[in-house]
Amino acid sequence: MLRASEKPNAVMAHLPALRVLLRHINCLIPPPRTSMPALCTIRATCHFLLLSPKPRKLHATATSKGPENHALLLNRDERVARNVTPSDVVEKGSTIAAIVTSLGGPPAAVGIVRLSGPSAVSVAGRVFRPAKRSKNNDWKPTSHVVEYGVVLDSEGNVIDEVLAVPMLAPKSYTREDVVEIQCHGSEVCLRRVLRTCLEAGATLAQPGEFTLRAFLNGRLDLSQAENVGRLITAKSVAAADAALAGIQGGFSSLVRSLRMQCIELLTEIEARLDFEDEMPPLDLNIIMDKIHSMSQDVESALEAENYDRLLQSGLQIAIVGRPNVGKSSLLNAWSKSERAIVTEIAGTTRDVIEASVSVNGIPITLLDTAGIRDTDDVVEKIGVERSEAVARGADLIIMTVSAVEGWTSEDTKLLERIQSAKSSTGSLIPVILAVNKIDCNPRAETDWDRGCQSHDIFSKRVFTCAVTGQGLQDLERAVLELVGLDAIPSGGRQWTVNQRQCEQLVRTKEALERLQSSIKEELPLDFWTIDLRDAALSLGQISGEDISEEVLSNIFGKFCIGK
Amino acid sequence: MATTTLFTLHLCRFGQSFSKKLFSTSPSSDTLLNPHHVTFHHKLRRPNSSSVPAFFRRFSAVAAASTSGEANYDGIGTADEKYDVIVVGGGHAGCEAALASARLGARTLLLTLNIDRIAWQPCNPAVGGPAKSQLVHEVDALGGEIGKIADRCYLQKRVLNVSRGPAVRALRAQTDKREYAMQMKSVVESTPNLSIREAMVTDILLGKNDNVEGVCTFFGMKFYAPSVVLTTGTFMSGKIWVGRTSMPAGRAGESASHGLTENLQRLGFETDRLKTGTPARVDIRTVDFSGLEPQHGDKEVSWFSFDPDVHIEREQMCCYLTRTTGRTHQIIRDNLHETPTYGGWVEAKGPRYCPSIEDKIVRFQDKESHQIFLEPEGRSVPELYVQGFSTGLPERLQLPLLRTLPGLENCSMLRPAYAVEYDYLPAHQCARSLMTKKIQGLFFSGQINGTTGYEEAAAQGIISGINAARYADGKQLIVLERESSYIGTLIDDLVTKDLREPYRMLTSRSEHRLLLRSDNADSRLTPLAHEIGLIDDRRWKLYQEKQARISEEKKRLRSVRISGGDLAAEVSRVSGQPVRDSSTLESLLKKPHMQYGILDEHGFGNIELSRIEKECVEIDIKYEGFILRQQSQLQQMVTQQHRQLPEDLDYHMITTLSIEAREKLSKVRPQTIGQASRVGGVSPADITALLIVLEANRRKAQEQSRYKIMNAMRAKALEEEVPEVSCTETVSS
Repeated sequence: MLRASEKPNAVMAHLPALRVLLRHINCLIPPPRTSMPALCTIRATCHFLLLSPKPRKLHATATSKGPENHALLLNRDERVARNVTPSDVVEKGSTIAAIVTSLGGPPAAVGIVRLSGPSAVSVAGRVFRPAKRSKNNDWKPTSHVVEYGVVLDSEGNVIDEVLAVPMLAPKSYTREDVVEIQCHGSEVCLRRVLRTCLEAGATLAQPGEFTLRAFLNGRLDLSQAENVGRLITAKSVAAADAALAGIQGGFSSLVRSLRMQCIELLTEIEARLDFEDEMPPLDLNIIMDKIHSMSQDVESALEAENYDRLLQSGLQIAIVGRPNVGKSSLLNAWSKSERAIVTEIAGTTRDVIEASVSVNGIPITLLDTAGIRDTDDVVEKIGVERSEAVARGADLIIMTVSAVEGWTSEDTKLLERIQSAKSSTGSLIPVILAVNKIDCNPRAETDWDRGCQSHDIFSKRVFTCAVTGQGLQDLERAVLELVGLDAIPSGGRQWTVNQRQCEQLVRTKEALERLQSSIKEELPLDFWTIDLRDAALSLGQISGEDISEEVLSNIFGKFCIGK
Repeated sequence: MATTTLFTLHLCRFGQSFSKKLFSTSPSSDTLLNPHHVTFHHKLRRPNSSSVPAFFRRFSAVAAASTSGEANYDGIGTADEKYDVIVVGGGHAGCEAALASARLGARTLLLTLNIDRIAWQPCNPAVGGPAKSQLVHEVDALGGEIGKIADRCYLQKRVLNVSRGPAVRALRAQTDKREYAMQMKSVVESTPNLSIREAMVTDILLGKNDNVEGVCTFFGMKFYAPSVVLTTGTFMSGKIWVGRTSMPAGRAGESASHGLTENLQRLGFETDRLKTGTPARVDIRTVDFSGLEPQHGDKEVSWFSFDPDVHIEREQMCCYLTRTTGRTHQIIRDNLHETPTYGGWVEAKGPRYCPSIEDKIVRFQDKESHQIFLEPEGRSVPELYVQGFSTGLPERLQLPLLRTLPGLENCSMLRPAYAVEYDYLPAHQCARSLMTKKIQGLFFSGQINGTTGYEEAAAQGIISGINAARYADGKQLIVLERESSYIGTLIDDLVTKDLREPYRMLTSRSEHRLLLRSDNADSRLTPLAHEIGLIDDRRWKLYQEKQARISEEKKRLRSVRISGGDLAAEVSRVSGQPVRDSSTLESLLKKPHMQYGILDEHGFGNIELSRIEKECVEIDIKYEGFILRQQSQLQQMVTQQHRQLPEDLDYHMITTLSIEAREKLSKVRPQTIGQASRVGGVSPADITALLIVLEANRRKAQEQSRYKIMNAMRAKALEEEVPEVSCTETVSS
């Protein structure tokens, strides 16, 4: 009787617990957002990985181990469900924990679990036993001194051998007490350590919550916080450098100085409205010079936006041309790989082949395509269609011709096909003409100019030799010029500007332009202040100094807080 | 006591339809006063049970001071001592407060130290000037008096800043100080519902709920009212200084008021000290004007008041310009130790924007000379005001100093310059209705709030008068938002910034001044004044007709087109831009340097419009783009800034705020985010943190309510499951 009644009880208790777990998962995985920054996505995946096995485990233990064990696990979850209301979860003083190194790829040698919050040290003290000290003493770490030891689970079993790095407030990333536990890099190790920390009283961090706390605690301003996301998702060294420069405040300080200049000018003008008699008259030339140099600073900041977009998304370059002009050789030579099969047979490449190169830090995807010609071969026909589709979707097209054969009527036809594709989408994709196999016909360089003049559709023309690598640098330069990055130093180390910041910069630029025209039209002094104030407001929004709805929603969109 | 809530004026729209919109969306529209039937419900403010002992106490106090038999007089005149509103002080704040209150139908008592000094102009007899003129126009648009009196009593009028844009254009009037005071006094004396009495108020009578019940005077009189407005000016513990010598006085020759400061402190108010000063007056007959630059008034006189009844031109007097000389600077430098500020015996801070001559010479050492204006003080008095020449030097040095000025070489001095020190109450202790946060029904206005200037005083006076009357009648209080007016900007600055020097209105204090011009003060504020009952039908009709004419004219300018001709030729000559065929008059008016006057000259103007109306049309059309842009700037700010802060927000618990911000915000307790951002010591980062806390709280509340619903659903689900379980039990057993 007694035994029998246990079973249904266990079943009964099981149901709500499952529901609770499901609710937790729903709550923790952010709703799908199309423009969600990669920072969030990575972390979101990490939650999913962490939590999704849990319910499965429950089923497993329920069937394999027996009711006692099972009930214990359930009891813990029930307590969580009944006692922890959402208000506790979002409480300010909570200590959060998460795996901060990436998961999912091949195991790294070392992975890190980070704890942040007022009880970070005590939580860490519960799970971490330093090699030097006995178990009973409270862990009293010295800030920024690495300690070696082990992590124990609640039953005292050693889980992993770790290094603990305590960084006490305010000298830490979040300006709270932070403890980082460096574990072995496998997912199993990291998850077990994180789980132990959560059992010891930490809360699982929301996506981006460490950065959010850094922002809230004044360690980072908004544009710096945004750059953290970029640094984490950086695709190239240059992108990482730019993001890092952003965090360190290169862009922020430019914006701050521009804003200060606006405010100083505003003060100068307004002082004259109230105290005309006591101040020297305004020097118009100096003011115009100031405004001009401010406009230029804004302009160059806007150029960085272009660079930034390229750093984040990269360029797609389609290599098109008749069969057997050396497109695949060009791809191989450029990417320094044997990515594409090269033969003497025309129509070797049937599908689109990708290869990655990096030009001045900008990630470029080269797309080698099937040679475009009229063909009856079914497979090749599909390949040709794909080539045209790729050409339409690319940021830039390199049309390859053979120096040996010269410009042929087929080339003209092909050019027409590309052009018609272009006009259908309405956008103008720049085309570079690459005259390949120049080593086989060196005279072509001089002859070509005459032939090429009729095709002024080409934005650039370069002579290449895929075999010797000749002309590849010219090709890179041509690409950079076409996307407007020739002015960027080859190292590419510069801060970047995102979409939100760009919009405000454009507003600033427009305001300054209006101001200049107001001065030229000799509008009364007071009108100058309106556009000057507009410029100052826009600049203030970039660093979050003037808070608008837009900035707020950005903050909440980015950091998924307050849930 | 009826609880009152704030009734806030948001600047959501401009122009004529503005107020209608405002009031139609306001939940209180049905409770608003009908201007034709202003009725005050005379409820007994104090319960009967408590009023009897109160009278008895008063009676016994009197009895103790004199002989017997007073009980017989008790029945006589007691009714006179109960009012709806008591205004303490008869200066520029007090007069506006008392008039507004009485005109709203509240039985009002004006208590002043000296009835002969009502609306006195103890410093420069001038009204208006940059930013201050906007205040005057706004007070007039609300139905106040200062503009009308200045229009009636001007000696000279000039529009300043003409070339600097319509928003900073400022009318300034030199007034006849005797006439001004007489005119205002007769208005006050002849206003129904308004009684005047000489008295020195020394204490505030409190009710049980931290509410005001009345005031007590030096001679032991008690006057009762549910609303009390204090406008103490420079009189509260006032002390005047000439050189090192001082005497207790509110103004030269007038005794200070004593005892009130201590009693206010006892009630928990923070008080501090400020100082201001006034220059010497010289005998106009002893000044040689022949070598001085005259400053004539405008040929075409402008007006403060929107009421054409007071637009009566009078003969103007001339002002003169002189300058300080090397000798002036020498005397001051040699005797700096004799001035209170540099000698160090007066610590109270003076107005930075109205510096004494010694301040100017010390601060601008490279300037060889400062402008000094000589301004007559009246038609029938020989006094000449020496503007820009106030000093704390001892009297023996003042005449030699005056005589260093060209034209004044042989002058004789009528009154010496002096400084005055007085108590004020930092205005963060008031809400934007100007009611104190501590004591319900107690209002402060004027220099007691730390301002300087007649215009600033009048602006606060009218708001506190309106609100005192509304409070006594159990109505919602009125708040003018910062973005609605200079008055709103002034009050917002006073209550949010911890000001420690006399506050003077400046154009640069208003962020959206292009929208807050003097020409549109009526369309911004008159509808509100009409709704609450301060603008009568006559003025309302005039106002509506004016607005109709302006909008008609704008419509006409949009539709009339011209091609070629003299007008087109002149416009292209003036503006330096070509005029296309079939251009509308509106597009012509928008061209640089083009004015409505040119339309008039070529017969394309509208002769039915007054000069002021033409000016309104011109500004509306010419600067349309800027006005729209500023409106959108404002809109952007307003949505964010008007977000309310919960009254019970515990700033000390918000750890993301800086320590300084936590303290300041706890002290000021701002009502909106915008106000919080203007509190000194609160950084933009603090505002971000505050906004995030608000948003997080909102989301938390949302989540909690969702959680509750889910809990309820789960509980329900569980209940439903119970029979199932028991069923299983039965089966297994």
